[in-house]
Amino acid sequence: MKAGLLTAALVVALACTNAAGALDAQTVGKLGADDANTKNEAVNALVASGDEAALALLQSVQAGEASVTPAGRVVIVKGDQVFDAATMVPITPPPDQFESIVINNRLRGTLDAAVGALKLLSPDRATRLASARAIETTTQVAVLPLIEKALAKESDPTIKSSLEQTRASLNLKSTDPALRLAAVQKLGETNQARFKTVLQGFLEKDTAGKFIEPDEKVRAAAESSIDAIQGRLVVSDYLGRLFTGLSLGSILLLVALGLAITYGLLGVINMAHGEMLMIGAYATYITQQLFKSYAPGLLDWYLVAAIPVAFVVSGLVGMALERSVIRWLYGRPLETLLATWGISLFLIQLVRQIFGAQNVEVSNPSWMSGGIALPNLVLPYNRIVIIGFAMFVLLLMWVILNRTRLGLFVRGVTQNRAMASCVGVPTARVDLLAFGIGSGIAGLAGVALSQIGNVGPDMGQGYIIDSFMVVVTGGVGQLAGTVYAALGLGVMSKFLEPHIGAVLTKILVLVLIIAFIQKRPQGLFALKGRALET
Amino acid sequence: MRYAPRSEPFFTRGGWLALAAFAFIALILLPSLYAFVPEGNPLHVSAYTVTLAGKIMCYAIVAMAMNLIWGYTGILSLGHGVFFALGGYAFGMYLMRQIGREGQYQSDLPDFMVFLDWKKFPWYWTNSDSFLWCAALVILVPALLALVFGFFAFRSRIKGVYFSIITQAMTFAFMLLFFRNDTGFGGNNGFTDFKRVLGYPITVPSTRAVIFGITALALIGTIFLTRYLIRSKVGRVLTAIRDSESRLMFSGYNPLGYKLFVWTLSAALCGIAGALYVPQVGIINPSEMSPANSIEIAVWVAVGGRGTLIGPLLGAGVVNGAKSFFTQAFPEYWLFFLGLLFILVTLFLPKGIVGAVNFVKWGRK
Repeated sequence: MKAGLLTAALVVALACTNAAGALDAQTVGKLGADDANTKNEAVNALVASGDEAALALLQSVQAGEASVTPAGRVVIVKGDQVFDAATMVPITPPPDQFESIVINNRLRGTLDAAVGALKLLSPDRATRLASARAIETTTQVAVLPLIEKALAKESDPTIKSSLEQTRASLNLKSTDPALRLAAVQKLGETNQARFKTVLQGFLEKDTAGKFIEPDEKVRAAAESSIDAIQGRLVVSDYLGRLFTGLSLGSILLLVALGLAITYGLLGVINMAHGEMLMIGAYATYITQQLFKSYAPGLLDWYLVAAIPVAFVVSGLVGMALERSVIRWLYGRPLETLLATWGISLFLIQLVRQIFGAQNVEVSNPSWMSGGIALPNLVLPYNRIVIIGFAMFVLLLMWVILNRTRLGLFVRGVTQNRAMASCVGVPTARVDLLAFGIGSGIAGLAGVALSQIGNVGPDMGQGYIIDSFMVVVTGGVGQLAGTVYAALGLGVMSKFLEPHIGAVLTKILVLVLIIAFIQKRPQGLFALKGRALET
Repeated sequence: MRYAPRSEPFFTRGGWLALAAFAFIALILLPSLYAFVPEGNPLHVSAYTVTLAGKIMCYAIVAMAMNLIWGYTGILSLGHGVFFALGGYAFGMYLMRQIGREGQYQSDLPDFMVFLDWKKFPWYWTNSDSFLWCAALVILVPALLALVFGFFAFRSRIKGVYFSIITQAMTFAFMLLFFRNDTGFGGNNGFTDFKRVLGYPITVPSTRAVIFGITALALIGTIFLTRYLIRSKVGRVLTAIRDSESRLMFSGYNPLGYKLFVWTLSAALCGIAGALYVPQVGIINPSEMSPANSIEIAVWVAVGGRGTLIGPLLGAGVVNGAKSFFTQAFPEYWLFFLGLLFILVTLFLPKGIVGAVNFVKWGRK
């Protein structure tokens, strides 16, 4: 099959280029030399020729099919047949003696670069693009003539700019100052950190105190190019931090939304809230396993099914807890805190007994892997989806709280429980439902977290303190406070982290929160009222 | 009848007797049975028992301290584990210095610093070879932290669950801080492999017996202090803060100073307990600061009975006794037990064991 294709290619080549298979027999003959340097030279010369036939030949050499006869003739051995390397014409009768050409590591490196570079001339755009990307980091000056040749033919702007960049980076070592200058200027248009490092080399002095780069114009150009790259790098760095900050913030938001409802409404801190999240994540895991067993074809969409499942499971567990434990402790918030902590210990151990102490594997559906590639920055799809998901849940909450009868009751009970009760709001049922919704939303947060973090029995513990801080900062009773606090804390953490490290960031954020509470003890958005104690 | 009226004696006759019995057992009987009765003799008390008893007495001091702030003043702290561990670390610094050059690397610096390639002690280790300085730090560091933290928290009238949550965040932050190697307190592994204290080898029975005795004295001291404090006027203001802070304020009291005082005192007591704990257990590491530990302290107090004198002692003893039994017999069920304990005690024993006993005995709440 392969031989057939090769022959076909050869026929085409024969038809449209000069006869003899286009390869210089003398150069090809050098491949059979004993000396590794000569072989390298031969490969580089073949690359410089930029011939289609050279690609086929070098690929054969790469595959270990090249041999040399005692007479020094280089041949290609494919099964029973033996071809002449320069012309690819079968030799009949095949020579009885030949010996494989030895390929050492250095030669292999040259070969890889050569084969990669030769694909630049392929008629297929995708192959050319892949090849152009592959040789972007090459240091083999030998491919330079080939790049020139490819550039002359290339019409695709993406490939062209990639090739120009590669040419510039190779030209940096040129002896011609004009070429170097052009190269340095060209690299200033890129936004890759590695070129910054390379260009900085132009500004350094050697041990004698003389500049390594003799030409002053080139040095000046290098300096302005470095500045240009640096400017773009800073922008993408900040964009990256903003993105990870928003991503962290939306996770905090998902966790804190449910917490804010239960705290705002019932005045109790639900320490088991993190475990509702864990239950949501395990519900996602079970959904995934069910899809694996019963609907493997739809596996990619298990996550969509997991959303309602997690909401319902976590919500039901939450309602069961409200009925069995928390209901009896209203008015004793500190005891509720302890009891819910006990519940959380109990649930963690229960899950550990059922699913084992190890993390379980929840995989990303294929449509969530990968990301949007910006220069110097990749925005992973899973994080983008989570940000979107958080916004969706927020919208859902807003609708429930502001556009439904239940939401009206919840707001009423939050503001004044006794008064709401007097006008006929069934407060006990509102408590139960609100607790269920809060827990269900924690379950949704668990679905989101299962896509970016580990799913294990104590996964909830890691987020719970941070989301309490969100509730404390944001204040209760209004969604806006939670939103601003979650996104603000998320972005602030991610902006601080690169400077002072994750641990000091946590401490600093805590100090800032305590300082903030000095000014606004009720959080960002407090419900206005005249009560001394709320 | 919640407050002790002036006419009530410092302790009842039964109280004095119980205290004397405890002092006799903890100060004379147990140490001498451990140190002087040879092994193999049926009366010999094993090192394990002494360590366990010593540990529980340290926990009991912490529980008493927690009772001051939660049981009497109504402020639930989830940060007492930090104060405890800070006391332990402060004294641990001294114990680390006492190792001298007998560490693995034969250096003046503790092994973990050699490992980090540090050449000299960081500034906060200054004078840590002095017993008195470290003993002062044991009290000063937790007290100072509590004072500063408490000042800002109480000043802005953070209370109830808000305060609990903020203290828990503080605990979490401190745990992360001490887990870092660069913090200079041994990172993950903390301090261990102590050799001697005040020149005496730390593992021999006589030294251990003495430390045990000192712990017992500290516990008795804490009991006296609590009793004294609660009978005093300050104690009444504290219970008033618990029962109705607004009303107290309207009566012309500013609760800030009282809260700050009892909060700082409580932290200092925890520091002392931590310092006594470390030489007996032989290790201090950041897991002592985990938020879970601090909450457990609260449950000791809840189990025994909040706002009572002996409740916390009972609670610390019962819960930790159960813990060492469970973690040996059925390790995987300990968390179930602890979780259920939290739930059942808050649901059915709001006044703890002491409350239940009183109810059975006198039929009063």
